[in-house]
Amino acid sequence: MKTTHSKLAEKFIADEPRTDWHDETLWFVREKRDKAAHGLPEWEQLREWASQIKNHTLSNLSDYLKEFEEKAKANGIIVHWAENGAEHNKIIHGIIQRHKIQKIVKSKSMLTEECHLNEYLQQYNIEVVDTDLGERIVQFRKEPPSHIVLPAIHLKKEDVSATFHEHLGTEKGNNDPQYLTEAARQHLRDKFVQSELAITGVNFAVAETGGFVVCTNEGNADMGAHTAAIHIACMGFEKIIPKAEHLGVFLRLLARSATGQPITTYSSHFQKPRPGQEMHIVIVDNGRSKQLSREDFRNSLKCIRCAACFNTCPVYRRSGGHSYHTAVAGPIGSILNPNLDMKANADLPFASTLCGSCTNVCPVKINIHEQLWKWRQVIAAEGYTDATKKIGMNAMAFLFSKPSLYRFAGKWGRWMMRIFPFVTNNKLNIWYKQREMPESPKESFRDWYLKNGKINRN
Amino acid sequence: MSARENILNAIATNQPSLVPLPVIERNAVIDYEDRYAQFKTVLESIGGKVKLIQNLTELKKQFIADKASGNFVINAVADLGELDNQVASMQASDMEKVEKTYIKATLGVAENGAVWVYESQMQNRLLPFICQHLIIVIDKKDIVATMHQAYESIDVAKEGFGAFIAGPSKTADIEQSLVIGAHGARSATVYVVE
Repeated sequence: MKTTHSKLAEKFIADEPRTDWHDETLWFVREKRDKAAHGLPEWEQLREWASQIKNHTLSNLSDYLKEFEEKAKANGIIVHWAENGAEHNKIIHGIIQRHKIQKIVKSKSMLTEECHLNEYLQQYNIEVVDTDLGERIVQFRKEPPSHIVLPAIHLKKEDVSATFHEHLGTEKGNNDPQYLTEAARQHLRDKFVQSELAITGVNFAVAETGGFVVCTNEGNADMGAHTAAIHIACMGFEKIIPKAEHLGVFLRLLARSATGQPITTYSSHFQKPRPGQEMHIVIVDNGRSKQLSREDFRNSLKCIRCAACFNTCPVYRRSGGHSYHTAVAGPIGSILNPNLDMKANADLPFASTLCGSCTNVCPVKINIHEQLWKWRQVIAAEGYTDATKKIGMNAMAFLFSKPSLYRFAGKWGRWMMRIFPFVTNNKLNIWYKQREMPESPKESFRDWYLKNGKINRN
Repeated sequence: MSARENILNAIATNQPSLVPLPVIERNAVIDYEDRYAQFKTVLESIGGKVKLIQNLTELKKQFIADKASGNFVINAVADLGELDNQVASMQASDMEKVEKTYIKATLGVAENGAVWVYESQMQNRLLPFICQHLIIVIDKKDIVATMHQAYESIDVAKEGFGAFIAGPSKTADIEQSLVIGAHGARSATVYVVE
C-alpha cells in the first residue's frame, strides 16, 4: 500500500479551519437532503420500492442487459461491451481515431474517472474538456474530483478564483461565484459549439425501451450531446432498470438524496440518435460481475451514485475525498474499491466509524456499514491489514483469551498510567494522537462489582 | 469469446436467484389539493418563474413585442404564431445567438416543478438548452401530482429524445453558492394556461 487513508487524511486535517469548513459544508447538504426527504410522506416506501426494484434487477441482470442491447440497437444506437477499464478506453479511442476527432467535451461521468479515460487519451495527445463546472475546476488544477456529485467541494472560492485567473484570465482576487461561473460559461460555450464528440455518463438505462437517462443541473450533458456529431455514453452495467415507469421511483429519490433538490434541472431521456448523429453506448464490467458473485457485497451494485452517504459520513466530512485515493470516495467507495483491488484499497473499509448513518440515508437501502465491517474481516483474513494493526490485534487476542493475565495487566496498566503518565502519553502511542488518554481508575469494574454487585442487587 | 459473452456469462453465473418486482401503488403517494399552487411554489423555489394566464392573448402580445425587438427569438408554439421551422436544421454556432425560445410542454409535475418536453416540441434538441431565456407553455389541467403519474402520461420511447426540465440551468459547484445560468438557459418562465 503506497498511500493510505489515514496518511492522506493527516495532510487534509492539518488545516483545521478548512477541515471544519468542509465538515460544515457537507453537513449543510445533508440537512437539505433531510428536508427534501421529509417533504414526502412516502419517502420510506420509495426507498423500499427502489431497493426491491434493484434487487429484482440484479437477479435478472443478464436478461435485462440483453433486452436493453436489442432495443438500443433497434433504436439505432451502437452498443459496445468492455470487460475492464482498458477495453473501455480503447473502444473510445477507436471511435475518436476512426473519425479523426480533435474536439471532445465530456460531462461528468464517474465511470470514465474509474477507467482513467482522460489520462489514457492524453498519452495520444487527445485532450478531453470536462464541462461540469466542478470537474472543469479540478481538471485545471490537475486534481481528481473529491466528491462524485460535488467534484470541487474541497475548494474555497479563493482557490477557484486563483485557478480561473491562471487559466481563463479572470480578474485577480475576484471571488464572486456569479462572476466566476459566468467566466466558465463563456469559456465552455466555445468548447460546446466547436465540439465534434461528446462523452456522457448514464444515470439510468431502461431495458424495456433501450433508452437512457442523464441527469444534470447545468445542462452540460445536453449542450455536448446535442451539438456533437458523435455521442458516446458510458455506463457500468448496474445502471440498468427494467421499465420506464421505474424512473418515477428513482428520479424522485436521486436529487433529493444528493443535494436536497426536488429533481435535477435536466433529466434527459436519450432514445435515438438525432438524424445524422452517431450514438454509442459502452457497457462496462470492470469488476462488477465479480462483485455480483460476492454475496455479502453484491448489494453495493444497487448504488445510484447520489453521494448521500458521503455527505453524512463523519469520516468523509473530516478527511476529504482525496484521502480515499480512488475515483469513488466515501462509504460506498470503500465497499466498491476493495473489490477492484483488495490490496491497494485494504485501508478503506477501516476509514469508518461504523455508525450506520450511511445506511440510514441510502435511497436504495444498501447495508453500507455492515459491508464495511464485513470487508474488514475479509481483508484481515487475506492478510492485507498492515503490520502494526496485525501485531496489535494478535496481542489483544492473546491477552483477552487469558483472564488472569488480562486482570494482571490491567492492574499494572492502571497503576502505570497514574504514576508514570508519560508511558502512554507520548508520540509513540498512536492512540494519544489528537486524543487525551482517559484518566485511569483505581480499580477495575470487575473489582468494583465483586465488592458492590451483591449489595446493590438486594 | 467476445467481451459481450464473457460479461453476460459472468453475470448469469453470479446473479442471485430471481426475486419479484415490487408493485408500485400509485395511490400510496402524495397528491396535492391544489397542484398548480404546489407546482408554482416548488418551481419558484428552484429559480423558475410561473405565471398563470387566462388565455394566450397576453402572451401573444409579449411574443410579438419580443420578435419586434430585434433579438433572435425562436417560436415552437403553434398557438402563438408562425413556427420557426428553420431551427430544426440549425447548427450550434447559429443557435448560440438565440436570445429567447417559446416551447410547449406536455405536462408539469407538481411535486418538483418539472415539465416534460418531447423532441418534436423543441424543434431542435439543442434549443431549450442553448437559448439564453426559455419560455414554456403548459395547460393547467396537465399538471400531475408526481413523477409516477407523469410517466403514466408520457411515452419516453415515442420520440428520439425528451426531457424533464425544472427551472433554469444552475450550479452550486463554487462553495455551494447557488448560481443561476451555468451552461443552459439563464431563466425559465412557465406560463400556465387556465
